[in-house]
Amino acid sequence: MEAGREQQNPVDAYLRVDRMPSIWCAGCGIGTSVGCFIRAIERAKLDADKIALVSGIGCSGRFAGYVRLDSFHTTHGRAIPFASGLVLANPELKVVVFSGDGDLAAIGGNHLIHAARRNIDMTVICVNNFNYGMTGGQLGPTTPLDARTSTSPYGNYEPPFNLPRLVAAAGATFVARWTVFHLRQLERCMAEALARPGFNFVEVIAHCPTVYGRLNKQGQGVDGLRYFKEKSVIKNGADPAEADIVLDGPIMLGKFVDIQRPSFCGNYQQVCAKAQKSK
Amino acid sequence: MADSSVLQGQFFITGDEACAEGAISAGCRFFAGYPITPASEIAERMARRLPQIGGVYVQMEDEIASMNAILGASWAGAKAMTATSGPGFSLMMENLGLGLMLETPCVVVNVQRAGPSTGLPTMVGQGDIMQARWGSHGVYEIIAISPSSPQEMFDLTIAAFNLSEKYRVPVLVMADETVGHMSEKVVIRPVKPEQLVERRRPTKPPGKYLPYQPDADLVPPMALAGEGYRFHVTGLTHDERGYPAMTAAAQEKLVRRLSDKIRVNRNDIIQVEEVGTEDADVIVCAYGITARVARRAVQMARAEGISVGLLRLITVWPFPEDRVRELSRRARLFVVPEINYGQIALEVERCASGKRTVLVPHMGGGMHLPQTILEAIREVVM
Repeated sequence: MEAGREQQNPVDAYLRVDRMPSIWCAGCGIGTSVGCFIRAIERAKLDADKIALVSGIGCSGRFAGYVRLDSFHTTHGRAIPFASGLVLANPELKVVVFSGDGDLAAIGGNHLIHAARRNIDMTVICVNNFNYGMTGGQLGPTTPLDARTSTSPYGNYEPPFNLPRLVAAAGATFVARWTVFHLRQLERCMAEALARPGFNFVEVIAHCPTVYGRLNKQGQGVDGLRYFKEKSVIKNGADPAEADIVLDGPIMLGKFVDIQRPSFCGNYQQVCAKAQKSK
Repeated sequence: MADSSVLQGQFFITGDEACAEGAISAGCRFFAGYPITPASEIAERMARRLPQIGGVYVQMEDEIASMNAILGASWAGAKAMTATSGPGFSLMMENLGLGLMLETPCVVVNVQRAGPSTGLPTMVGQGDIMQARWGSHGVYEIIAISPSSPQEMFDLTIAAFNLSEKYRVPVLVMADETVGHMSEKVVIRPVKPEQLVERRRPTKPPGKYLPYQPDADLVPPMALAGEGYRFHVTGLTHDERGYPAMTAAAQEKLVRRLSDKIRVNRNDIIQVEEVGTEDADVIVCAYGITARVARRAVQMARAEGISVGLLRLITVWPFPEDRVRELSRRARLFVVPEINYGQIALEVERCASGKRTVLVPHMGGGMHLPQTILEAIREVVM
């Protein structure tokens, strides 16, 4: 054990270890998503110097500050348009947005659907923990009906987004969902998304034992993982419309969408050729 | 008009078109925008021109996205611009602050219309001048310039890019509907490479380079995404490594520098034009389209024997306070016509050493008549 402790964790090469410990709570699911993402970079054999990682604001948004890549911690909800500017100005960059459900689907929801519609080359990793953790556990756009949050003390009375369904309808070419219990699947899924062109969306279901989990009596971090283990239903190729999430109910996982269509950059190159010919 | 790469020659074009051509001449190769009157013609011209020269035009879903897209493009190495009017300018304010905090070169054009709210979309206003200075939250300094003609829409857009690259700051081109929509002769001379400023790049290798360690002019060299620096930038208060630093001491160091890099270099930044101010009892201070009306009023007043001069603000922010203080030693009075209910007039009054400052307001939708300004001059000298 002592010798083992001295060995470097392979993911450390991709982390700003001088910034540890992170702000994430004990038992939080975000760190697991981070580990999967870093291993996915290696699995996809990406040139890490060419990756630009963009985050918004929130617990998951803090990842930009911990990853040893060119990384941008932007404003709340605006990671996707910032990332769009990066990749359109330099299509050689591999652009990744790593942020939370509130950031990407509430305040940033408009950018999410329009980037999917345009099919801009980027991978969006959305850690969904069903609430705004950083600000103390408020209701979010993914909070299931009846769930307790600090701003739904009697239970949530507004229906949530089903994110895979939303982004698939908007035009995303790759849509998948896994939980932080499904380490191997999540890592492989992220690697697959990172290697693809077009707009790729990976939803990572994570537990938040400190706030959402406590308010909904879901136990400690390990209990969250047990829930994901026991209640998950893997159904690759399923219609994302079937993937609604209800409080304490089953969670449908898998790769829901894997299609090809022309990306923004590809279309734009053709337009440039046309403009240059006709001038 | 021929659509070659960088235009050369004489053209009869609108201010909005001249702005787009100025951007292209300055090396702008990325435009993100959202349609809005009276700035849409800038986007339309960029949509036609940028694909011809290998630049990127992207129409975003709103002005918030447009502002963020130009910031991202700038970090990928592009000279980037957006153009809007009042309602869109309001939406850009939050991420203008991100641009200031990340020290991101870019240009934001505001072809001002009459507000508040939807106001008079097709008609002139100058009501966003204070918003340009204070509209984003927190403590900062900004650079804003105010063109008075289509020719200046061309020339000052180049100047805006140069300032943004030099000082790593978003630069605002505070145009107005009249200047944007009027057609006049615009002379486009070839821009030599030495007339263009490019952001200073790191000289230290990855591992030694600190993203926010400034040079002597208080501006840090800028690495770009994808070059191997593996840098981190954040809208949080940060140290020289770019790491979040949640202390009052870090805030003091960073935010003071962000402001001081503009304040300390203000004599390099500020441009004014003066007509007959040296011996004038009365100084008319104006900018944008109003400066052209004021120029006529000053001519008329001088023909009547009134000792009056014109101080035209080309740079609105930072406000040329040193020059106004100097002028106030001799001048007895300041007259400030503007298409709002008093914005730059407050700045003039602040710097006028107690000399009387008279606002000549106009609520927008039209311009002052020279006669109106002349009457104000006559009134104050009586």
